[in-house]
Amino acid sequence: MSEITKLIHKYLRHDKKFPNVWCPGCGIGIMLGALIRAIDRIGYEKDEIVLVSGIGCSGRLPVYVDFNTLHTTHGRAITFATGIKLAKPRLKVIVIMGDGDAVAIGGNHFIHAARRNIDMTALILNNNIYGMTGGQNSPTTPYGMRSTTTVYSNIEQSFNISELAVTAGAAFVGRGTVYHARLLDSLMEKAFLKQGFSVVEIISHCHTQYGRQNRLGTAVEMMEQQRDQAVTAEKAARMKPEELKDKMVIGVLVDKKLPVYQDEYEKIQERAKEVMGR
Amino acid sequence: MLLQGNEAVAEGALRAGCRFFAGYPITPATEISEVLSVRLPKTDGTFIQMEDEIASLGAVIGASLTGVKSMTATSGPGFSLMQENLGLAIIAEVPCVIVNVMRGGPSTGLPTFPAQGDVMQARWGTHGDHPIIVLSASTVRECYDMTIQAFNLSEKFRTPVVLLIDEVVGHMREKMALDDEEKIEIINRVRPTMPPEWYIPYEDTPSGVSPMANFGEGYRYHVTGLTHDVRGFPTSRPDEIGPFISRLHRKISSHFSEIQIAEFFKTEDAEITIVAYGCVARSAKRAVIEAREKGLKVGLLKLSTLWPFMRTAVEKALQTSKILIVPEMNMGQISREVKRVNRGVARVITLNKVDGTIITPMEILNRIQEVVS
Repeated sequence: MSEITKLIHKYLRHDKKFPNVWCPGCGIGIMLGALIRAIDRIGYEKDEIVLVSGIGCSGRLPVYVDFNTLHTTHGRAITFATGIKLAKPRLKVIVIMGDGDAVAIGGNHFIHAARRNIDMTALILNNNIYGMTGGQNSPTTPYGMRSTTTVYSNIEQSFNISELAVTAGAAFVGRGTVYHARLLDSLMEKAFLKQGFSVVEIISHCHTQYGRQNRLGTAVEMMEQQRDQAVTAEKAARMKPEELKDKMVIGVLVDKKLPVYQDEYEKIQERAKEVMGR
Repeated sequence: MLLQGNEAVAEGALRAGCRFFAGYPITPATEISEVLSVRLPKTDGTFIQMEDEIASLGAVIGASLTGVKSMTATSGPGFSLMQENLGLAIIAEVPCVIVNVMRGGPSTGLPTFPAQGDVMQARWGTHGDHPIIVLSASTVRECYDMTIQAFNLSEKFRTPVVLLIDEVVGHMREKMALDDEEKIEIINRVRPTMPPEWYIPYEDTPSGVSPMANFGEGYRYHVTGLTHDVRGFPTSRPDEIGPFISRLHRKISSHFSEIQIAEFFKTEDAEITIVAYGCVARSAKRAVIEAREKGLKVGLLKLSTLWPFMRTAVEKALQTSKILIVPEMNMGQISREVKRVNRGVARVITLNKVDGTIITPMEILNRIQEVVS
């Protein structure tokens, strides 16, 4: 049995839930591959992993994998994940979100989970569009681009998800693309092992909606654009701001040690028990 | 001991085995959060103040999926925000308790004044066809007991349970004796006993309730807000959707007798029965006593269960009474249900008050005397 077949048999609900809902050429499959490989390399038990998702194309991911899986309401995945992690801290909680999911409807939950530094990993698949509902403008659709709700032109400025995560206080922030699959593997591995709130932004393509409406070509051509736009964090550190203007920095953007919520709460529990009375 | 209604809710939750609370500050429910923020860490439980009420109920549902009894508490504006995840708890069959200490509405309304305007929202607030269990309380002791009942019913039927109290009951202090504490029954959800590979998480059973596995204990399964098959996987097959939605309703409707809690006070010979709940039931009880002193045959049907609506209790009152009076601090929400059950048999008289003050015993007594004359 080849390595990939072994992983498929071990981790996917391959005899239950396939074929999947995604378009041929979608980047979500590459993200799923990286997720499985990172989990396998670290050696987590399947029982200790909880995969939580919101709504959208990315929200459908957990159903295909053999973990404890939870598909929640739009934008709220992180809130459910917070309850799971705090109630059973030994579980490894991974949240899967899309760009609309994480920073439009779920933006408030996202920044507060980062601020609290709850030990979990947020994987955010950013494809610049609401894909499942048919290609509407999202908070990461770049200025001037088209969608089915901005047919004349998008006049809004877009969010930079990784920068938002850094500002909100996430302990680990990494950005990768589905073109750079190996980097994605290592970013996820680092994020999963990080104590605290870790974020991996995964730049992907929606050739079906965003690509078609903006004449950006096929899935392969859009992945080549990811390759051309990307600059590693190491290289970017040596570049001038004007050189970085149209570039996208990939790699580990932030990795810092911060007090983790659960550790702090355990101290509160100890203190509370010392205080007499009800 | 002397306790506030909101404090009694917190004590009842702890007695029921609640070990997770997530909430957001809101008047007049905040004391429930405050008490549990002190008490839960002492019991190895978890308290967290979330960024809003949507997040609060999300966290509560997540915690419950790990097997921990969980609760949130709020008031009208927060309850509106919770409707989204309330629906998820219903369709995914996750036990949890939501306490709504009602205040005047709509919108921000009257933060520090009582009302009973959320009765219909508790029944129908979340979208889609769904069953729900809603309880109420009119005394501090009932706040304690009904919170335990809410947990018991939610665990037994794998469903969220809403406890509606009002600002008066939540903030009122009265003596509460806990001399019968050891007699209180605590119910825990049924867990699967079969090997994980045999576990079918949403399988139909005679009761309609399936055993519920905790996340992280070997029974890896899928939980979703999408309409799902017996294994928990999303489905669009009519032959799976229909039976699933029917089972959701059946697990409640086939157990009405276990869910419905009512108190009859001097109703054996009552020609007039007052149907009331929450703080209004207290005024109604006083009005009944005073009416009896005047020789009027008046009784009280106090509803502790609001939903599913207690048809049989109202029908029992209709056996002796030709007049039903329904005083409510809203424009007539439970009275609609009373009229529906009545089907023209008796006169149903409403007494509605929406000015932020409680309905007094005198107002009810006056209405009784008007009706009699």
